[in-house]
Amino acid sequence: MNGSVLSARTLRNLLPALSLLVLLAAIFYLQPRAISYVGFNLMLNLAIPIAFATIAQMCVITVNDLDLSIGTYVGFVACIGATLLSGGIGALPFIKDLQASGALPATLPWIMNTPLAGVLVLLMGIGVYALLGALIHLRNLPSIVVTLGMSFVWLGLSVLVLPVPGGQAPGWIKSLMTLKTPFIPFPIIAAVVIAVAAHILIMKTSYGAVLRGAGGNPKAIERAGWSLLKVKMAMFALAGFFGMLAGLSLVGLTTSGDANIALRYTLLSIAGVILGGGEFVGGRISPIGAVIGAATLTLAGSFLSFMRIPPDWQIGAQGAILIIVLALRTLIDRAEKRR
Amino acid sequence: MASAATPIISLNGVEKSFGAVRALRGVDLACHAGECIGLVGHNGAGKSTLMNLLAGVFPAEGRIEVDGKDIASRYSVATAQAHGIRCVFQELSLCPNLTVAENARIMHASLRGFGWRKRAGKLILDKLDEVFPGHGISASDIVGDLPIARRQMVEIARAFSVTTAPARLVILDEPTSSLDAHLASQLLAYVRSFVAKGGCVVLISHLLGEILAAGDRVVVMKDGKVVVERPAADFNRTSLVAAMGSVAHDEGANAATADTKRSETEPRVRVAADRQAGGPELIAHQGEIVGLAGLGGQGQSEMLIRIFDAAGKNARNVTVVGGVALVAGDRQTDGVFPLWSIAENITISSLRRMRRGPLIDGAATEAMAEDWKQRIGIRTPDMNNPILSLSGGNQQKALFARALGSDAQTVLMDDPMRGVDIGTKQEVYGMIRAEAEAGRTFLWYTTEMDELKHCDHVYVFRDHHIVAELSRSELTEEKVLHASFAEVA
Repeated sequence: MNGSVLSARTLRNLLPALSLLVLLAAIFYLQPRAISYVGFNLMLNLAIPIAFATIAQMCVITVNDLDLSIGTYVGFVACIGATLLSGGIGALPFIKDLQASGALPATLPWIMNTPLAGVLVLLMGIGVYALLGALIHLRNLPSIVVTLGMSFVWLGLSVLVLPVPGGQAPGWIKSLMTLKTPFIPFPIIAAVVIAVAAHILIMKTSYGAVLRGAGGNPKAIERAGWSLLKVKMAMFALAGFFGMLAGLSLVGLTTSGDANIALRYTLLSIAGVILGGGEFVGGRISPIGAVIGAATLTLAGSFLSFMRIPPDWQIGAQGAILIIVLALRTLIDRAEKRR
Repeated sequence: MASAATPIISLNGVEKSFGAVRALRGVDLACHAGECIGLVGHNGAGKSTLMNLLAGVFPAEGRIEVDGKDIASRYSVATAQAHGIRCVFQELSLCPNLTVAENARIMHASLRGFGWRKRAGKLILDKLDEVFPGHGISASDIVGDLPIARRQMVEIARAFSVTTAPARLVILDEPTSSLDAHLASQLLAYVRSFVAKGGCVVLISHLLGEILAAGDRVVVMKDGKVVVERPAADFNRTSLVAAMGSVAHDEGANAATADTKRSETEPRVRVAADRQAGGPELIAHQGEIVGLAGLGGQGQSEMLIRIFDAAGKNARNVTVVGGVALVAGDRQTDGVFPLWSIAENITISSLRRMRRGPLIDGAATEAMAEDWKQRIGIRTPDMNNPILSLSGGNQQKALFARALGSDAQTVLMDDPMRGVDIGTKQEVYGMIRAEAEAGRTFLWYTTEMDELKHCDHVYVFRDHHIVAELSRSELTEEKVLHASFAEVA
């Protein structure tokens, strides 16, 4: 009996990887040339920021919350990355306007040009996330409401920073994101590194067990003497950290910032977590699965293009893929229960 | 250093209240090294509150001494753990999404750094081997996949496992509830060897045989107080049951006498007897108040839900004539609509009778609310105030008004008087009596002996079965307790 339960569990754990392989096979069938160094580079480029955003979302889902602001937060980080992080305060459009009108001198002092301003703002973003976690825990608020409100705050801040798309990504991020690695395309290496790092952080460390336990049985964690407040703050801060990496990698690819650049990431990240075998409640998550889920969602876009499905229909078709995979999972669960 | 005579922990006049309910009213208890204390008592006697307190889950008033030092104000989970005081709670405190080893780590903050997983796994498996030889559990098993007995075993082993802090006092709350006889005897044997090595165990169980077999000293609680404390050798099953029940009969005044003859007519509610377990069938006639007794969580609530679900349907084994209304016991989750007014909360079950076309007839609902305000005495200046502006007892009255105001012939009550003050209780008892005389049928799950005295007929539940049937004249506390506590397992 033990063996059969185990096999259902393995099947469940393998489902994300299997769906990715099926998708790859389908792409190979439609367009064999896509399965190549250049093809993977093109297809999976955008998987890196989505993978980061998915890991961020996974951190929040681990403690039974949901982050509806991750998309606009990633957009905010991208805007900061394209301005403050590359040219300091002087890179902000309204400062440039002031310079053009003569209110400010053409050459600004060092303090106005240092990228440290960007670093500071990004750190504050992570701090805000930690405070959100504290607020949600202390006031017992629904995270959906809090983060939905925050999504407008991030969007508003991004528009203040960059009223129109523009700015310039820092050179080092650009060159990192367009790195030409030998043999294996950079996006694949990056995805593996992200997955392994997140896996070690959440699944392997001793405090990671406490973090996940807080999703499974918060009362037990509290009774064992751990602070749930610290757990929530740690998880939200981690989400802020990974969200920041998502925004920076995104701006490295697009080279310029835009407040609306990542609005879709909110739903993509949730879908990625669920597709990767995670569950909304109970602390059951899988970082490796989440990265695979993000890659699957990205490839699904390419696959649908190869199928010559117009972009208008692609979001719907992505939803269909999601439903199929989740239906398979439910079937496995049901078979397991019947046994 | 604490001398051998200093108790590990001692409570002196400890009190604890939850709102209007006084869960503990001055408890004195000392736990010494090298003894096993059996703690027994009926529902609501305060056993669980006491153990939560020992574990440091919540603070209380009074004097708490650990190793001879008074630390009542600063007592917390961390202090309890540092002094080697551990608890196995009745509802499992494992994280179902983690492995057995990871759950061990949750308890032991010192399991960290490289190789913590291996050390945690070895720690818990060694202890499992010691307590339950041949347990068949692996450290990498996900707890949620284990059957309940194995989860219980993991939790027990975890409580006895030692890293930096010692395990000196382990409190076990119904530890054998999901273990079979073999595992239970393994556990009791381990408890004895743990005690022999100088540990202390507080064993809470409703299996009196276990208490008598494993305990050195038996502490009997009733109504938030320790009423008897004697060596286990002085007790036998009968005297223990007697100690739990027959203390302080303060409310003997309204002892009903005449045994009303059960009507021969077709009953309102009939639940056929369990075919495997046997036992009596449950019958409730028109105008009867039928009590469902026994310890908490022995299937009484489930029985009420079964009857509720069967109403108006063709259910197997359950026949219900006429409509049914339920008064929930857990007000906050099952009872009130917290954002609605008192009037809306009362009229929700009767809206079908108060319509004007597709709309709600405001005048009719207001009239009904005012009517019930008078009849049941809800203390509020305005029935349109939010329900949460009422005290707990008055909220419960509103829920009674909802059920009694509906046209349901049968009212099911799921321990509705939890946390209600005595004055309100008396008012509601009177009303139930009056409604029953007017022809309504009541099925009343209660864990309080005093409430059973208001019933015409009582069924005692144990392990999801009816194990005894008592008419009003047969009803004594002793009989209910005897039936509630299983024969020696």
